Amino acid sequence: MTSAVSFQHVSRHFGPVRAVDDVVLDIAPGEFFAMLGPSGSGKTTCLRLIAGFEQPTSGHIEIFGETAEGLPPYRRNVNTVFQDYALFPHMNILDNVAYGLMVKGVARQARQTKALEALDLVELKGFEARRPSQLSGGQRQRVALARALVNEPKVLLLDEPLGALDLKLREQMQVELKTLQRNLGITFVFVTHDQSEALSMADRVAIFNNGKIIQVGAPKDIYERPRTRFVADFVGSSNVLPPDFMQRTGGPGKWVSLRPEKITITARGMTPGSHAVEATVTSVHYQGAVTRVNAEAAGQAIAVSAPSSFGAVNIGDTVTLQWPADAFHAMEDEA
Amino acid sequence: MTDTAAGTVHDRRGGLLRRISDTLFRRPHLLLTLLIAPPLLWLGIVYLGSLLALLAQSFFSIDEFSGMVKREFTLSTYAELLNLANVDVILRSLVMAVAVTLAAALIAFPIAYYAARYARGRWKAFFYLAVMLPLWSSYLVRVYAWKLILAKEGIITWLADKLYLTWALDAILAIPVIGGPSLSISYIGTFLVFLYVWLPYMILPTQAALERVPANLLEASADLGAVPRQTFWTVIFPLALPGLIAGSIFTFSLTLGDYIIPQIVGTSTYFLGQAVYTLQGTAGNIPLAAAFTVVPIVIMGIYLSIAKRMGAFDAL
Repeated sequence: MTSAVSFQHVSRHFGPVRAVDDVVLDIAPGEFFAMLGPSGSGKTTCLRLIAGFEQPTSGHIEIFGETAEGLPPYRRNVNTVFQDYALFPHMNILDNVAYGLMVKGVARQARQTKALEALDLVELKGFEARRPSQLSGGQRQRVALARALVNEPKVLLLDEPLGALDLKLREQMQVELKTLQRNLGITFVFVTHDQSEALSMADRVAIFNNGKIIQVGAPKDIYERPRTRFVADFVGSSNVLPPDFMQRTGGPGKWVSLRPEKITITARGMTPGSHAVEATVTSVHYQGAVTRVNAEAAGQAIAVSAPSSFGAVNIGDTVTLQWPADAFHAMEDEA
Repeated sequence: MTDTAAGTVHDRRGGLLRRISDTLFRRPHLLLTLLIAPPLLWLGIVYLGSLLALLAQSFFSIDEFSGMVKREFTLSTYAELLNLANVDVILRSLVMAVAVTLAAALIAFPIAYYAARYARGRWKAFFYLAVMLPLWSSYLVRVYAWKLILAKEGIITWLADKLYLTWALDAILAIPVIGGPSLSISYIGTFLVFLYVWLPYMILPTQAALERVPANLLEASADLGAVPRQTFWTVIFPLALPGLIAGSIFTFSLTLGDYIIPQIVGTSTYFLGQAVYTLQGTAGNIPLAAAFTVVPIVIMGIYLSIAKRMGAFDAL
C-alpha cells in the first residue's frame, strides 16, 4: 500500500544546524500520527516539509506516492492548522473558511454552502459574520480546523493546535479531534510537545530529538518499551536507572526504565530482597487520586506514584520500594 | 510565629513626592487629565481655533473699491471661487495630487515590502537611513537641486545626450500640456519633484503596515491553495491598505497645499497653495484665500469617507 506520507532519508539544514537529520518515516493512509519531541527537535520542521513551507536539503518526500519536494504549498493537497491559527483578521469567519475554495475558483454560492457545512462540523454555526478577533481561543481553533477541512485535504497537518488552550478545553478538543479524524478517515499528522496528548490521541507516535527520530510505535509500545533513556525520560517521566544499581537489586546489568506507578511503597520492616530496595523519602506531593513520592536509595533518586489511599508517608521516613520482576524495561541504547 | 508590631508591614515613609504618587494612584483619571490637558488645549485653541477663525473669513467679502474686508456674512466669495480661472487652479492641483499619490504608492510599495519582509539588521538600518536622509536636509535646497537636474543644461539633458536618447527626451517634452521647453519648466518636472519630496511619507506608513502582517498569514494563504498573486490581492494588499491610505493622506494633502515647488520648478501657472499665498499676501484678499483653503479640507474629507466606505480601515 502507498504511504500517505513517506520520508526517505530527508534532511533539512539551516546553515550548520541540522533541524531534520536523515529522517526515514512512513505514515499510513487514515492514520492519526503524532510527532512528539522537545522544542527544537525537528518535529515542526518535518511538518513544514510536508506542507511545503520548507524544502529538504537532501532526501526524498512522497505524498500518496507522488514526489513532493520542489512543489510549492499551493500545489499540495495538504492543509495545515497553524499553532496560532493564522486566521485572516480582515475577513469574517465565513470568508475565512471559504478562502481555500475561493482561490480555487469555486462559485460563491457553492463555497458558502460548503463553508457552512464545515462550520457545522466544528459546531460553530451562527458565527459566520463575526471577525476572528471576536472569538475565543477555542472557537478560533475550530475555525482554523474548518478552514482546513473544507478543502478535503489528503493529509491534515496540525502544528501544536491545542497548545494555546486551557486544560479543560484541551481535553475536550482532544476527544473531538480524535472523533473527527475517525469519522472523516483523513490522515492526521499532529505535532506536539505534550506527551500525554500524543499518547492519548495518536495511532502511532514518532519521538524526535536533535532532528532525528528516536523511536516510532504505538503509544503503548513507546510507553512500556522505550528504546532509549531519552524516550523513557521524555514520555511520562520514568525512573531511568543505571546498570550497577539494577544489578544490586537483582536486575539486568543494563540501563532500565521503571515507571513510577509500577513501584509499591511499604513501611519499614519488610526485608528488602530481590526487586526491592530500602529508601528514604525526600518529598511528598499530593495530586488527588495519586500521591507522588520522591525517595532516595543508595544515592539514586526514585519517583513513586502511589494511590493516595496507601497511607501516610512523611519526609525522612525510611520505606521499602518494591516492584514486580517484569515491571522494568531494559533499554538497548544508552543514548 | 513572630508578632509583627503595628505599622511595620507597609511602607509608611512620607514626603511630598510620595504623597503625590499616592494621590495619583488613587485617582488614575487625574494623571490622565494632567497629561493630556496641555496638548488638548494646544490642539483645541491654538490649532483648531485659528483654523476656524480663518474659515470664518471665507464668509466675508472684500469691498471692490476700498479693498477692505467687509465683515458681513456672504457666500459671494465662494461664488468667486467657482469662476473659471479659480476652478482651473483647483483642478490642476487635484490632478497633480492624485498623480503624485498614485505614483508614490506604486514606487513605495515594493520598497516598503522589501524593508518589512526581507531586510534585517544592517540592511534595515540602511533602509531607514536611505528613506530618512533626504528629510534631514533643507527642503529648499533639495528643490533647487532638482531644478538644476531638470534644467535644459542639467544632467538629465547631458545624460540623454551621452546615451543617444535626446530624441526620447524631446518626445517626452513634446507631449502637449505636460511637456514644455525643458523638464524644469513643465508639469512633468513639477510632478517629479513632488514625487521625490513626498515619497518618504508614503514609504514609512506602508512599511509599518506591512511589518504588522504576520508571516504565517502568507503561509496559511499558500497552504489553502492561493498562488502568490492571489495572496497579494486577498491578504497582503488589504492588510497594507490602512498604511497606504495613511501615506496617501500625506502625499495628497502636502501636494495640494504646497506653494514652493510649483513656484521653483514648473510652468508659471498657479496651484492651490500659490493661489492662497498670493491672495493673502500681495492681493490682500483674505476672504478668497480662506475660501481656497477650504477646498483641500473638503477634498480630503471626501477622500477619507470614500476610503472608509471601501473598507480601507477594516483591518485596523
